[in-house]
Amino acid sequence: MSARLTARDITLRYGDRVVSTRLDLDVPDGAFTAIVGPNACGKSTLLRALVRLLRPASGQVELDGREVGGYPAKALAKQLGFLPQDPLAPDDIKVRQLVGRGRFPHQSMLALWSAADEDAVTGAMEAAGVADLGDRPVQELSGGQRQRVWMAMVLAQETPYLLLDEPTSFLDITHQYQLLGLLAKLRDEGRTVIAVLHDINQACRFADHLVAMKDGRIVAEGDPTDVVDAALIKDVFDLPSIVVPDPVTDTPMVVPTLQGE
Amino acid sequence: MTAAGRTTGAATTQRGVPQAGLLIGGFVLLAAIAVVSVGVGARSISPVDVVRALLDHQGTDDHVIVRDVRAPRALLAVAVGAALAVAGALIQTLARNPLAEPGVLGVTAGAGFAITLGSGLGFAAGQAGQLGCAVLGSVLAALLVATVGRRSPLRLVLTGVALTAVLTGVALGMRLMLPDVFDVYRFWSVGSLAAREQAPLVWPLTAIVVCLVGALALSRALNALTMGESVAHTLGAEVNRVRAITLVLITVLSGAATAVAGPILFVGLIVPHLVRRIAAGSVPWLVLHSMVLGPILLLVADIGSRVLLPTGEVPVAVVTAFLGGPMLIWAVRRFGEGSL
Repeated sequence: MSARLTARDITLRYGDRVVSTRLDLDVPDGAFTAIVGPNACGKSTLLRALVRLLRPASGQVELDGREVGGYPAKALAKQLGFLPQDPLAPDDIKVRQLVGRGRFPHQSMLALWSAADEDAVTGAMEAAGVADLGDRPVQELSGGQRQRVWMAMVLAQETPYLLLDEPTSFLDITHQYQLLGLLAKLRDEGRTVIAVLHDINQACRFADHLVAMKDGRIVAEGDPTDVVDAALIKDVFDLPSIVVPDPVTDTPMVVPTLQGE
Repeated sequence: MTAAGRTTGAATTQRGVPQAGLLIGGFVLLAAIAVVSVGVGARSISPVDVVRALLDHQGTDDHVIVRDVRAPRALLAVAVGAALAVAGALIQTLARNPLAEPGVLGVTAGAGFAITLGSGLGFAAGQAGQLGCAVLGSVLAALLVATVGRRSPLRLVLTGVALTAVLTGVALGMRLMLPDVFDVYRFWSVGSLAAREQAPLVWPLTAIVVCLVGALALSRALNALTMGESVAHTLGAEVNRVRAITLVLITVLSGAATAVAGPILFVGLIVPHLVRRIAAGSVPWLVLHSMVLGPILLLVADIGSRVLLPTGEVPVAVVTAFLGGPMLIWAVRRFGEGSL
């Protein structure tokens, strides 16, 4: 399995607080990678390092063998699209304009809005299911609609990589599955998807590659079917469970055995 | 749909016909008000004569008044109005705070302090000396604030407020002890466009024009910055560089405007406010609309300053405050809390 995006021996910290020490990760090309783990295990921090929002204290994050820190800002932004957990919309902005902001890396300082920009925005809004919201102010949308609008913004960026930090967190269950389905479809179209996910069963169902983290370390990595068992769940989440085949997809399904207490 | 049709469609939806229409309307209004402004005063000159004086100068008294006194004054109002309004738009965008105005960077207090100090030491007698003091004071103050507060917008505003308090207090103490200094300062501090025509205005005006162009060029990157720091970075904006250049632009714009016209900074608070809704979250449009409405507001205020009192003039800063106060209240009531 080839990997254009890699982390080599990276140590991540915020000031004096060390989050991860000497981490290695190969992000498989054209696959859907899900990063799972308990709260504060360093999932988001790892994602931030991959998109160079956080500079590793040591080690390298490389894209095509070149350190991400060495790319010009817009060149990297044409490769890696990123959606943070709680993005911030400007006041008064309308949906279509917000999605259009995703075109920034493709525009020069003074260039006018192009047909390519227009097509990308329209396509992204259709893919994210917000085509009918174009003229609505973002502030007036529900949490779920807003999340899909942000998703469209990242899609308009037209990057081969999509890195998403808990993209399902504000969505109801239907929209969660729709979004994950959309990510799987984008993967089928050739994009590489890396998402931090909370729900282990969703991760098992949709991801090709699972990365389980605990205390800043990667404790297991691989095809969900190969790596997910009761021992792993006990180790990573400290949760007693049985793992059965998902009746729909046959992927591993974690059923906690904890009842009360 | 053809490619050409697509592009036009894009221009309509993304850039917005109402935006462009309003901007052009604003320009026409601005031109009309500028002509009226040149005509109004102790000696009334008809708009036709105003235009003729500029295009076909005959050397009559009226023409000389227009060319040497009134037109430069109108030009000054346009430049200062645009500078303050755009500086306000930039600081509100950068600080993510609609109540920010250029004065929060300490420029006004810095200029006031420098003029007080300069006249106390005896080298702010003429207009050139005052101008020099004001520019130096505002730039130094803004540099200090930007250096100490560059880590976060909140820190920036707090530093500006703190420095303003200190400089204002020290300057006030000096003025109370030295009555002559007080007179010099008072003339500058009321904020006026009158009797400033002879000052060496070429440099500040050039600086203003350069910075206005710079603000437009930077506005798309500022668009990215309004998406929050993480997204701005991953969209490929050079966040730190954009922020630093914006601070320089705000400093020079408001410093130059304050230096030539005194503290009329209210324009920088009210104008971006009035155009926020129209701009709908787009920094390029916010800057463009501010660039037109700022001069309009200041020209109207300047006309008012000349006609409100039968004898003499009301300082333009007083008129701006009288106009701007109610406008701000109107904007808040009309658009609700969303506009604040």
